[in-house]
Amino acid sequence: MPSGLSRRLFRFKGGVEPDTHKAESSLTPIGKAPLPSRLILPLHQSVGACATPCVRVGETLLKGQRIGNADGWISAAVHAPTSGKVVAIEDRPSAHASGLPTLSVVIEPDGLETWVERAPLDVTARSPDEVRKALRDAGIVGLGGAVFPTHAKLTAAKSTAIDEVVINGAECEPFMSCDDLLMRERAEDVVRGASIFRDLLEPKRVLIGIEDNKPEAARAMRRAVEALGFDFEVVVVPTRYPTGAAKQLIRVLTGKEIPSTRRSPEMGVQCFNVGTAYSAWRFVALGEPLISRVVTLTGNVESAGNWETLIGTPFEEFVALGRPKPDTERFLMGGPMMGFEIPDLSAPVVKACNCVIAASSSLFPPPPPEMPCIRCGACAEACPHELLPFELYRFSRAQKFDKAVELSIDECIECGCCAYVCPSRIPLVQYFRFAKSEIDARRKEKAKADATRARIEQRKAREERLKAEKAERLAAAAVKTSGAGGGDGADAAKKALIEAAVERARLQREAHPPKNPETPASVEAAEKTPDPAVNPGDATR
Amino acid sequence: MENTDNVFIAVAVMTLGAAFLGAALGWASERFRVEGNPIIDQIERALPQTQCGQCGYPGCRGYAEAIADGAPINLCPPGGEAGARKLADLLGREIPTTGVAEKPPQFAVIDENRCIGCTLCIQACPVDAIVGAAKQLHTVVGSICTGCALCTAPCPVECIGMKTIPETLDNWKWKSPVFQIRRVA
Repeated sequence: MPSGLSRRLFRFKGGVEPDTHKAESSLTPIGKAPLPSRLILPLHQSVGACATPCVRVGETLLKGQRIGNADGWISAAVHAPTSGKVVAIEDRPSAHASGLPTLSVVIEPDGLETWVERAPLDVTARSPDEVRKALRDAGIVGLGGAVFPTHAKLTAAKSTAIDEVVINGAECEPFMSCDDLLMRERAEDVVRGASIFRDLLEPKRVLIGIEDNKPEAARAMRRAVEALGFDFEVVVVPTRYPTGAAKQLIRVLTGKEIPSTRRSPEMGVQCFNVGTAYSAWRFVALGEPLISRVVTLTGNVESAGNWETLIGTPFEEFVALGRPKPDTERFLMGGPMMGFEIPDLSAPVVKACNCVIAASSSLFPPPPPEMPCIRCGACAEACPHELLPFELYRFSRAQKFDKAVELSIDECIECGCCAYVCPSRIPLVQYFRFAKSEIDARRKEKAKADATRARIEQRKAREERLKAEKAERLAAAAVKTSGAGGGDGADAAKKALIEAAVERARLQREAHPPKNPETPASVEAAEKTPDPAVNPGDATR
Repeated sequence: MENTDNVFIAVAVMTLGAAFLGAALGWASERFRVEGNPIIDQIERALPQTQCGQCGYPGCRGYAEAIADGAPINLCPPGGEAGARKLADLLGREIPTTGVAEKPPQFAVIDENRCIGCTLCIQACPVDAIVGAAKQLHTVVGSICTGCALCTAPCPVECIGMKTIPETLDNWKWKSPVFQIRRVA
């Protein structure tokens, strides 16, 4: 039933309640960002493998034409957001904390906005696998910020049926309002998008979670659900950061806690962002791939608001839409809690970019100096994953990463609650990010080292085998030539030759013992060859 | 008289004992002979097992063998200072005064214009990271290459160069937060 009032809500431990600052950007309707002079499309815009480019420099493109093919299942395609010409396929600065270059397709728009042929996808006539593949080729990824390919989330676990599909409209990060505005203005399309996910996952319930600081969005969504006659529940949840994190929202709505060792479908629940549902519906209903998204532009600007922005719009052109105030020093991508400073404004808006905040020292005063940890435990109380940030901090700082892993640093979602409450103003998340990337690098190194060791051993085994085989061949050839002359005497000579060869091989083996006798391959090789390494000269002499 | 008897008995007992123990030792040394050089295993255990090849030997085992043959103990960048100290303790050697080698991780690249397809580098590569055939262009599989540079010396046309692995989005790491230095007075 559409009334969410009766649903029992759960709580997650911890969390904080920072100033929301959402009013600034949510007063005006979603604007349409103008066509930029250049579009830069990184090919790696989703979790998983980088898309492979399928256009050439100089090629003329139509709006919505695919420019990068998904590579494998965990990957998503990339499309041209407008019609125009490919002017370069090269490394360009990325919308990433490092600003490191990433392979991108640069498009010069022709201003005509000529679409490729679009056709709605008849979901009822297609098999679920075909729909998933179509979503992958339409580049639909999670628009909450994690950009996980959506099609890969649309398969139920083999062991468990899906009980709940959660549509995430919580939007807990301060300053952000793109999901809020999307739900207010395009509620019906969001709800229809959710119905696609419902059809593929066949859950018992669809729950749409919205924080109680967005009453208009909740009202619009309820109206849309009623108008469309779906039995989705719109549930208003208390405003508390980080309710919008998938695991926290699932906990609040269903009471299910997902351990780090399992994925949510194994617990019978799957979660999608409202923006993802919207873009999935645009694709199914109109055949439009993911080429634009709503981005909040707020902070230290004259006119904060939300913009329907083409993916690939350079940040320098995008931020100009809000007219940043002169004392703006830097721009953040994402919210103030989890976002990062954009190192290079020539980088483009990507699928992961939900919010850009102009920052000045009056809006975000520089952090006061870090003081020693007094182990007060405030961070542990604020941690929504029930970790011990003060312990993790100690080990991360001392680079004792094994200990940090023991204390489940992998579960940290870098939400920033711990740093927010820390009375010593320690930038805890920075320590955890550092530790996590070091741990990740070490894991990768270890995997490579293991593979390398295996290769070295395989090579040694192979060399020994080849040597033995060659020796055998030569011995056989020697026997043939010397034994060609005659009858019984030849047999005896043959025997003597073989014995001599065996003896020589034994001596040689003793002189050069196999270097890795414990590997089964080399043992096998050694067993197979009782008479290796015969010098043909010796044998015939 | 009794004294001389005692002396004879004592000498006989000691001689017999020595002969028996000598025989036992001789038998044991044959019976429990250790195959290979145990010090190599010990050295290998002291190495970090990254198989990176930065020491210039094929993997940690290769370097352990080389150390046993007298190679310097300060060639292992992943092991660092601590690793060199461990080896020094194990072998009773001094850490060379030049300190521990610092080398960024590298990979080999074949200049395709100069390669003559002689296969010498393929034979030298301990991890089979070079593909090619006689009189065919060779190339290095970068993801497998450990950067040991063992392929550079055999190349008759000097067409193999070592490149440092560049920092990309895939291997980029967050830096440790630096401590703020603040003025006290």
